[in-house]
Amino acid sequence: MEQLILTVILTSVPLIFAASGELIAERSGVLNLGVEGMMLMGAVFAFAVAMGTGSPVLGMFAGAFAGAITAGIFAFFALGLATNQVATGLALTIFGTGLSGLIGAPLVGQAIDGLPQINIPLLAEIPFFGIVMFQHDIMFYIAVIMVGLCAWVLNATRIGLIIRAVGDNHDSAHALGYSVLGVRLLAVIFGGMMAGLGGAYLPLVLTPHWAEGMTAGRGWIALALVVFASWRPWRVLGGAFVFGGITIMQLAGQARGWTIPSQFLSMLPYLATIIVLVLISRNREFALANSPACLGRIFHTEK
Amino acid sequence: MKARPRANTSKDSGKKTVVAPSAHHMPLLNASGIIKRFNDFTANDDVSFSIYEGEIHALLGENGAGKSTFVKLVYGLIQPDAGVFEWRGDPVTITGPQQARDMGIGMVFQHFSLFQALTVAENIQLALPGGEPLASLSDRVRRISGEYGIGVDPDARVHNLSVGQQQRVEIMRCLLQNPSLLIMDEPTSVLTPQEAEQLFEVLRRFSDSGMAILFISHKLDEIRALSSRATVLRRGINVGTVDTDTRSARQLAEMMVGETVGYVARETPPADGDILLEISNLSRPRPTQFGTPLRDISLKARRGEILGIAGIAGNGQDELMEALIGEWRGKSNGVISLEGIDISHAGPALRRNAGIGFIPEERNGHGAVPAMSLAYNNLLTSHSLAGAVKNGVINDDAMRHAAADVATAFDVRLPNENPLASALSGGNLQKFVVGREIAKSPSVLIVSQPTWGVDVGAAMFIRAAMLDLAGKGSAVVMISQDLEEVFMIAHRIAVLYDGHLSAAIDATDLTAEKVGLLMGGSAASEALET
Repeated sequence: MEQLILTVILTSVPLIFAASGELIAERSGVLNLGVEGMMLMGAVFAFAVAMGTGSPVLGMFAGAFAGAITAGIFAFFALGLATNQVATGLALTIFGTGLSGLIGAPLVGQAIDGLPQINIPLLAEIPFFGIVMFQHDIMFYIAVIMVGLCAWVLNATRIGLIIRAVGDNHDSAHALGYSVLGVRLLAVIFGGMMAGLGGAYLPLVLTPHWAEGMTAGRGWIALALVVFASWRPWRVLGGAFVFGGITIMQLAGQARGWTIPSQFLSMLPYLATIIVLVLISRNREFALANSPACLGRIFHTEK
Repeated sequence: MKARPRANTSKDSGKKTVVAPSAHHMPLLNASGIIKRFNDFTANDDVSFSIYEGEIHALLGENGAGKSTFVKLVYGLIQPDAGVFEWRGDPVTITGPQQARDMGIGMVFQHFSLFQALTVAENIQLALPGGEPLASLSDRVRRISGEYGIGVDPDARVHNLSVGQQQRVEIMRCLLQNPSLLIMDEPTSVLTPQEAEQLFEVLRRFSDSGMAILFISHKLDEIRALSSRATVLRRGINVGTVDTDTRSARQLAEMMVGETVGYVARETPPADGDILLEISNLSRPRPTQFGTPLRDISLKARRGEILGIAGIAGNGQDELMEALIGEWRGKSNGVISLEGIDISHAGPALRRNAGIGFIPEERNGHGAVPAMSLAYNNLLTSHSLAGAVKNGVINDDAMRHAAADVATAFDVRLPNENPLASALSGGNLQKFVVGREIAKSPSVLIVSQPTWGVDVGAAMFIRAAMLDLAGKGSAVVMISQDLEEVFMIAHRIAVLYDGHLSAAIDATDLTAEKVGLLMGGSAASEALET
């Protein structure tokens, strides 16, 4: 049982990273569909650097950096040149998938040492709870802290208020003197960094080697997760465990010879997201209060 | 025209003495030779202007005269092509709103400047320099809103507030910045005369303490009541800065339009015309937490009359309009009938086909699709436009002609042959939307805020068109928060207060004070006795 829960948690870490980063970008009004591409870039650079230097911690930083740079490409087009965000994001995923495959071609078949497990003193000794929560690698702890940080920044700080304001009405934010593109640039870069970390988790912890397209759709699940969480950070954490659990159910089901085709289980995260979308949309009040009104809209300044 | 009903709004209410601009008195803001072009259109052409500390200065002009462009330049939202601004005597380049705010310029916008998803307090916090915790800010908002009688709940979410309440938030937000120059774009357009007078009191107190106030308005009486000087813009040119004491409202209007302004006057409708539209006992539950329920509303609109529905924003106007259009339909909450036929369960398209025309308050996005051309916009509401659609295929020529006819008949000034709805100024688009509906000769026309944000010339045109329609035997139901307008053209007047509709009374038997009392919630018997 503990083992199963542990696996669920491990599976959900990349989702937590990628989704909470994307959540910040979306709250600022930018829909970046390139999460999958950014994760792959993070994964391949994390692996390459960890292999080259022998240090998985340096690999982690490399992954974050690669994700941020990839997001910078998106920002250049979607913010700097005001291109359509949906098309640019899709292109970024295709670009990231291709480029990571190219860079990673010589790395296939190599292996690295993953991130070590860190047991939190005392807490890790608690029966069951200690094993599940306090015997993890450093990235798990960072992920949980980042969710809390995102929630705190968004809801309790001035910069969070500005991010929400820019996502709600960019014209007004501009009129009040806030730099809409500046805020969005930072949010997008942060989103990229987090996606890069999410990607880095795969070769650094889950499976210590590189394989082309190894994110296997986790970027898309992270995007769905943001909506599932109705743009609230703490709900991302809960949602990530749910989605992670579903993924593990597929594997466990296959292992035990369940008669439900695994494809049905793979559909569940998306199905759950659609149900949440329906519930949100049915309630106008809720929709207005929760979804960023300027999401995906291009900001033009008057000249 | 009859004696202007609002003539006594504020004549005797302690108007400030004029701050005489003199040579040894330095202007707070001085603009000289300001030119701003948009492509080949010159929005501001060599405008010079100055405002002094403690002065209340009105900026006057028709839609498209360049008033908004000018205040945007002052607030740094756009940059001039030529000309110099001086702030307290020093030349400045105002590069952006942030700089304007740092200099001490605050601005209350007419549209689109609140964050709908945030609370009132959060909205205000965003406009202030950082540091003040939300809780203490909320207290300050409560205190000031009590002190000045600007009812604002800091914890409410903005999307739940009515237009009028939102405007109060805007004003509050600006006042808290404590600016030395406050710019207001049509601040009173949704307030009752009493509320407007309250606002003027607040503004006078701020101006007494040295704040300069520059405000844009279309209401000439209000300009004369509040401001000491007025600058009139016409087609981007400053046609003069005048002391408002020395000019009548009519003279100001003529400076604005550049010609003699025609006033419209109603004629007596035929006594006891047929009832075209009847509502009996219409009720509707509160649609949102801060919405207004409709309570047992009954009214009859007769052939040949304009029935005016007065009331302050947020007393059920939006809810009533949705029920009349058919956007909201109750299961069993009263009956709406057109010439005796129950249409309560018909949707908007069926109601249109049955001969009702609708002009909602919000022309951009509700009355018209901003990103579509006028021709398409015309076609969208005219399901049987002559010859424009055959077997489901659009005949482009016929469609364009139909729209061009409306534009010609209603004096809509077009920037090109078939512009997008969003390319038209507010007044022009409103003329088009009104023209589109009237061109179909509806037997009943239901209209909300027909001249909101529309200049004097266009407003008169629209009012005349509605009177004309009524004269031809239609019934017009006009929901309007502009009391002057209601008195000008409505034959009978009812007042909407907190979801109740008072009985309709002949306009000739009413005064602005009586209607004002009903708008403030006094019982009908009480209000009508005074």
